[in-house]
Amino acid sequence: MTELGAESARLAITGDDDVVRVRQLARSYAQQLKLSLVDQTKLVTATSELARNTLTHGGGGAAEISIVRDSRRAGVRASFQDSGSGIPDIDLAMTDGWSSGNGLGLGLSGARRLVDEFELDSAVGRGTTVTVVKWGR
Amino acid sequence: MDRVPILRIGDVLLVSIQVDLQDQGVLDLQEDLAEQLSSVSARGVVIDISAVEIVDSFIGRMFATIASVSQLFDAATVVVGMRPAVAITLVELGLTLGNVRTALNLEKGLEILRSTTIGRTGAGWAQPPPEATR
Repeated sequence: MTELGAESARLAITGDDDVVRVRQLARSYAQQLKLSLVDQTKLVTATSELARNTLTHGGGGAAEISIVRDSRRAGVRASFQDSGSGIPDIDLAMTDGWSSGNGLGLGLSGARRLVDEFELDSAVGRGTTVTVVKWGR
Repeated sequence: MDRVPILRIGDVLLVSIQVDLQDQGVLDLQEDLAEQLSSVSARGVVIDISAVEIVDSFIGRMFATIASVSQLFDAATVVVGMRPAVAITLVELGLTLGNVRTALNLEKGLEILRSTTIGRTGAGWAQPPPEATR
């Protein structure tokens, strides 16, 4: 893990244990911001799905977790990048139950429902970046 | 990596998940349980997740797999002790646990196992399993 200041860190995702580390880091930031237990759980579950996607579909990559602030509130942002083959059909990939692998097909669509902001950027041959934000209330 | 211990209490196998499971740990547990089910005559499996802070789609699928595998060995599976925040998150994630029975706590889980296995025959259910008693 590379600390990028007190409120941001970057983690390589190259194995199962990194998925666990991403979860732990997301939780520690969420606790720091005193997110409710339900919001913490939703954020951590979403990061777990996305980190696993980075590993299994993107062939590994990195996660960057940060605390973000606007004028009214603070939140946790988690960004996942890989340089894998990319997603050819994003609408299809976002569909509940559709899976390119042997998963349940809930990773992307499910993660989106658990967070407040969701952004997906992917191009075939270039890789995929997914960024999510969970705001405190 | 440490494996999740499987305790045998009478004819019930008890699994209490106390660690933040890696995906490989999840797969190991599935295999260990199948191994145990085939070697001992268990009528039920109880998975206690009261210490589990998140259930994502991978862990959720493990419950469904264990339930299906245990059925092949004529045993029922009950997941007990789910935290409220985990339950809310599972619903929003869109994960249904399929045929997995759930119960509030270990005691209720054991009660369910007792009631679903009454009248059991070697060939499977003598009658459809009754709904959970509350």
